[in-house]
Amino acid sequence: MKSIQAIREFSRRDQVFDFLVQAQPPSLDLSHNIILYLEGLNKSFDGFKAINDLNLYIETGELRCIIGPNGAGKSTMMDMITGKTQPDSGQAWFGQKLNLLKMDEPEIAEAGIGRKFQKPTVFENLSVVQNLELAMAQDKRVWPLLTARLSGEQSALIDEVLEIIGLQELARGSAGKLSHGQKQWLEIGMLLMQKPALLLVDEPVAGMTHQEMERTAELLTSLAGKHSVIVVEHDMDFVRSIANKVTVLHQGSVLAEGTMTEVQNDPRVIEVYLGE
Amino acid sequence: MTMMSIMKNDRPGLWLLAALLLASVMVPLLNLVVPQDSVFHLSTYTVTLLGKYLTYALLALAADLVWGYLGILSLGHGAFFALGGYAMGMYLMRQIGERGVYGDPVLPDFMVFLNWHELPWFWHGFDQFWFTALMIILVPGALAYVFGYLAFRSRVTGVYLSIITQAMTYALMLAFFRNEMGFGGNNGLTDFKDILGFDLRADSTRIGLFLASSIALAIAYVVSRYIVSSRLGLACVAIRDAESRSRFIGYRVENIKLWVFVFSAVIAGVAGALYVPQVGIINPGEFSPLNSIELIIWVAIGGRNTLYGAILGALLVNYAKTYFTAALPEIWLYALGALFVLVTLYLPRGIIGLRNLRGAKA
Repeated sequence: MKSIQAIREFSRRDQVFDFLVQAQPPSLDLSHNIILYLEGLNKSFDGFKAINDLNLYIETGELRCIIGPNGAGKSTMMDMITGKTQPDSGQAWFGQKLNLLKMDEPEIAEAGIGRKFQKPTVFENLSVVQNLELAMAQDKRVWPLLTARLSGEQSALIDEVLEIIGLQELARGSAGKLSHGQKQWLEIGMLLMQKPALLLVDEPVAGMTHQEMERTAELLTSLAGKHSVIVVEHDMDFVRSIANKVTVLHQGSVLAEGTMTEVQNDPRVIEVYLGE
Repeated sequence: MTMMSIMKNDRPGLWLLAALLLASVMVPLLNLVVPQDSVFHLSTYTVTLLGKYLTYALLALAADLVWGYLGILSLGHGAFFALGGYAMGMYLMRQIGERGVYGDPVLPDFMVFLNWHELPWFWHGFDQFWFTALMIILVPGALAYVFGYLAFRSRVTGVYLSIITQAMTYALMLAFFRNEMGFGGNNGLTDFKDILGFDLRADSTRIGLFLASSIALAIAYVVSRYIVSSRLGLACVAIRDAESRSRFIGYRVENIKLWVFVFSAVIAGVAGALYVPQVGIINPGEFSPLNSIELIIWVAIGGRNTLYGAILGALLVNYAKTYFTAALPEIWLYALGALFVLVTLYLPRGIIGLRNLRGAKA
């Protein structure tokens, strides 16, 4: 009887064999309104604890500023979120279902986390438009790339992003000729082309003029809501101008969290950072 | 973009194709139709020489594709060239049949000489041209695939990659020098009689080989241009300039590198296969690291990252080599070295860069 049962189970007609079912990567699930969970992360380099029991939650659509003195672990945290560095222990989840620690850089980028580096790295030998075209969310395997044509929808998206970052006039020019601030905006534009759910922005205003800074602040605040944005920044004026919620990192863990005023009045924060 | 519109925007490329077409018409005419005592007669020796240059140009094109556009400075591209050449050489050896010195119907002379009694397994099939053609593509392609898979996946880049490509070709050279390998050892493969039933010493066969080289160069150029103009080409430049950035955008850098590298190796293999029947010999010297380095010099002198610059460089340097090694044989190596140093110092974009320099000033 048992074997008959087994055969019946084996030859069920209402479903196919397991190995025929294509593995579907879980998609981004934001049902609890939290886009990023970092829990109990630890990482040490040669005995130095860069990240020490870090816990951080980012809500969907939030603009969060992260500040902290040098060596507080800001860049290491970004590296762990984007898959560049593996933590020694802890968990990192993107939405409810995507385990960031099990994914590599391209997979994470594809899933919807975009990162802007401290030093702007645009592809200098390509034009602004080509930079955006490359950054676009698309099939990035070899053969599809070889035969890819720019569709109407895609060029519309490029135009839209060009307008957001304000580089329409320079679109056909080489990206290497842009000013420092313009390169930063182009990088943000490249991030937007990937249609990321979460943007990681590392020191966006370093080396910018005041005007450029204001423009960047507008840009970032306009992005929040549609995307979740994490900004790591040193410049306090800039942080004050954009943030409603600030997280202070110190020695690899969260020291304080709240509005800029709350954080500024926190005695511990004053001691380690603002009081300097 | 379609193929047509890409080529329309590539003016130097159109000049190149036109020049190849002109050569393909004029060379046979001047060699076969114009009588031998006329000043306009082109000797068969020259035709073969030109054909040889074209195969070098094809090899330079392959190297520029990976160096100029992907930043992979391969110092071992000569290995793919030589492997394609050996595949063709094996076919030509099998065609000799009973006409060899020892008159063995199956075994090539060097095997009889080594007292072998049967054909090694890897020599089977090479009596068929279709099989040979397949191997000319598959063998260099497979080596490039395995090598590239390991190297790019482990993220070996820059000088380290150059050094291991160099080591690869050197190792192959040492291996092919050994008689037990079954590729004729030191002497290599030679004494070829005919190809596809045509006598290799006949003028018409030489012309045919010249035309085949010319067509191969034209096709390879157009396909390569298509690749570098596509979005894949943009991605290649992006990887060359900022590899880790490309990774964060979501490109599988190792896959892109791998496939372009394999394609380049296949072109190099085809170049080698066209080279061997024209020069009449292939020996392990073709694997020598020096050849691969010289190849890089052609590309640098012509101007990398343009495709046509590499072709120009290969033609010019090899013409100069033919001239100087006859006229001032002891000077040549010094001249080549000096040329490379001068080009690196004063013409970082090669001869092609001169044109753009003038364009920028005007």
